[in-house]
Amino acid sequence: MGTITINGKKVEFTDEKNVLTIIRKAGIDMPTLCYHSELSTFGACRLCTVENDRGQCFASCSEEPRDGMVIYTHTERLRRHRKLIVELLLAAHCRDCTTCVKSGECVLQDLAHKMGIREVRFQDYKELKPVDYSSPAIVRDPNKCILCGNCVRVCSEVQGVGVLGFAHRGTEAEVTPAFNKKLSETQCVSCGQCRVFCPTGALTIRTHMDEVYAALGDPNTRVVAQIAPAVRVAVGDAFGLPNGENAMGKVVASLHAMGFDEVFDTSYSADLTVMEESAEFLDRVKNGGKLPLLTSCCPAWVKFVDNEFPEMKENVSTCRSPQGMFSAVIKDYYRDPANSGGKKTFVVSIMPCTAKKMEAIRPNSFTKGEQDTDVVLTTTELTRMIKNFGIAFDKIEPEACDMPFGLSSGGGVIFGVTGGVTEAVLRRLADDHNAATLNAIAASGIRGDEGIKEATIPYNGMDVKICVVSGLANARKVMEQVKSGEKEYHLIEVMACRRGCIMGGGQPIPAGPRHKAARAKGLYKADKDRILRKSDENPLMDVFYNGYFKGKAHELLHNPK
Amino acid sequence: MLDESYYRKTDEIIAHYGREAKALIPIMQDVQAEYRYLPGELLAYIAKQIGITETKAYSVATFYENFSFEAKGKYVIKVCDGTACHVRHSTPVLEALWKELGLSKKKHTTDDMMFTVETVSCLGACGLAPTMMVNEQVYPAMTPEKALALIAELRGKG
Repeated sequence: MGTITINGKKVEFTDEKNVLTIIRKAGIDMPTLCYHSELSTFGACRLCTVENDRGQCFASCSEEPRDGMVIYTHTERLRRHRKLIVELLLAAHCRDCTTCVKSGECVLQDLAHKMGIREVRFQDYKELKPVDYSSPAIVRDPNKCILCGNCVRVCSEVQGVGVLGFAHRGTEAEVTPAFNKKLSETQCVSCGQCRVFCPTGALTIRTHMDEVYAALGDPNTRVVAQIAPAVRVAVGDAFGLPNGENAMGKVVASLHAMGFDEVFDTSYSADLTVMEESAEFLDRVKNGGKLPLLTSCCPAWVKFVDNEFPEMKENVSTCRSPQGMFSAVIKDYYRDPANSGGKKTFVVSIMPCTAKKMEAIRPNSFTKGEQDTDVVLTTTELTRMIKNFGIAFDKIEPEACDMPFGLSSGGGVIFGVTGGVTEAVLRRLADDHNAATLNAIAASGIRGDEGIKEATIPYNGMDVKICVVSGLANARKVMEQVKSGEKEYHLIEVMACRRGCIMGGGQPIPAGPRHKAARAKGLYKADKDRILRKSDENPLMDVFYNGYFKGKAHELLHNPK
Repeated sequence: MLDESYYRKTDEIIAHYGREAKALIPIMQDVQAEYRYLPGELLAYIAKQIGITETKAYSVATFYENFSFEAKGKYVIKVCDGTACHVRHSTPVLEALWKELGLSKKKHTTDDMMFTVETVSCLGACGLAPTMMVNEQVYPAMTPEKALALIAELRGKG
């Protein structure tokens, strides 16, 4: 508690951890490259340096606020220092801005522009290092790294994976996996959080837009899209829509305008996931199968179990992810000459996620020897395609999804936020659909921002113990407690990214604190607006199980043994 | 693949210091003392045993100049290139050694695994500059001629 004076104005503070937070709360845009409220304070970039009334300079991110402090944030001296810091960073930076994938959203580029740096006086003597294209999800370009360490900290602190680290010292220092290995040779789970936190083009999404452009240009190819729930509440960021606004209709219209033949909502196959996963859960409970059941929607999490807890592999649900299920269903449907119209089918999956790119090429993502999902695009790539096609996204009239897979329930929509899968499964298991039941499920403790949530739900005379986790470091904690017997659960839902897919590795950046809440709210609103709230109420479920796909559920919806 | 004996020796060293993150540096030092270098496979093994990531261990090992992932020769020659040695002509000594042994800035060890030549920033014997060390023995006031004579002598010893 207290007051500090910033640039002559008195500002009250309460429990803020550092001076930087107060400065920003006061509405002053203080540049930083290495500070993130969700990570430990690193104090490396020095851009947030401020000056006090005695002329002393210190980094505001690492300074505790004290009552009566008097600081200045943009004096002539500080602005000169900041400009020099950025100039020096630029000197050792590969400056191919116009062709860099990060152009336009690069923090370093933005700072250079704001600070008016028109030339770099220092020469770069570093040899160019090879760019790592080995991962299906992430491209690592060490020549663009500024050593802020954000990726190092998010990878180890939030995700508990710890693939990226600092190596060497002084001018030789670099961020790299151990022994300079390629990402594909490490325990990297492709979650993409390193890319979310990277301020430059050093870690970026491996893009696959060209394959889609080629398919769209081929008249003999039917291009089919599925759009994940979390995409709709983030895509508008790039077009000035309000944070978290559901722009699904506009996305569908944009894809139609680009020439996609059919556009579907992955919420449909999320409904299928609910049907299959709840059946699997009940079967395991009844027949003494492996418990706790671990959800399988998140490919980064599935890879994490493979890497770190191989002895628990059989606990992972055999269900394919909603992406996997839908692509298999689409491919199967159009494999039938009666539906194909003589065209080949190209499935594009639009996801908030970089790990889905890895999932799509996993050996168990093939049906009848054919890769189910041809290309995975992230939300970020989608926004780029919309711009590439010259679509005025803010003006385009919304359109509805196509048939025969165009209907989905609210249960399928909330898959994009942590706790959503569990909530949808609980709705399915509930006997009735009335406001009281749905509200009780929503209030059972599975919604909310925390990384680890627990709930106990009475069902048919038993107490079903559930744990909902987001962030892989949290998942590791829970798994270790389960292994040691300290905790016992029947169902554990894990999303690798904190807060779930809405904050996935493929979402547009930067995503500040306002986005997190807004995106979750956007999805819950999309759920509430629907007449169908429970997956089993979706009439297309009955069509699936008793119509065209009768008898194929296991082949299409579960991982092959 | 390293021989099983390497892992057993490493196990002994780890047991001596305890399976804790803070034991990393002493363990690495002892492993390096044993084999005159730090085999990469063992670094990964140590990290796993003491519960840290391989990346973290690599980070520490590369931070300190002293740790080497390359196998070193029987005689490790450290030519001091600190300020005092540098101004008293340590560079010609280094260059003479490089030329004689066919080594360079990139290649540190002779193919017959007899000699490794590296530079260090200070041996703490500036009064004796230019200084050189061969394994644990210090050689003061070096010249290119004295260095070459020393190589010949060491070769004679085998």
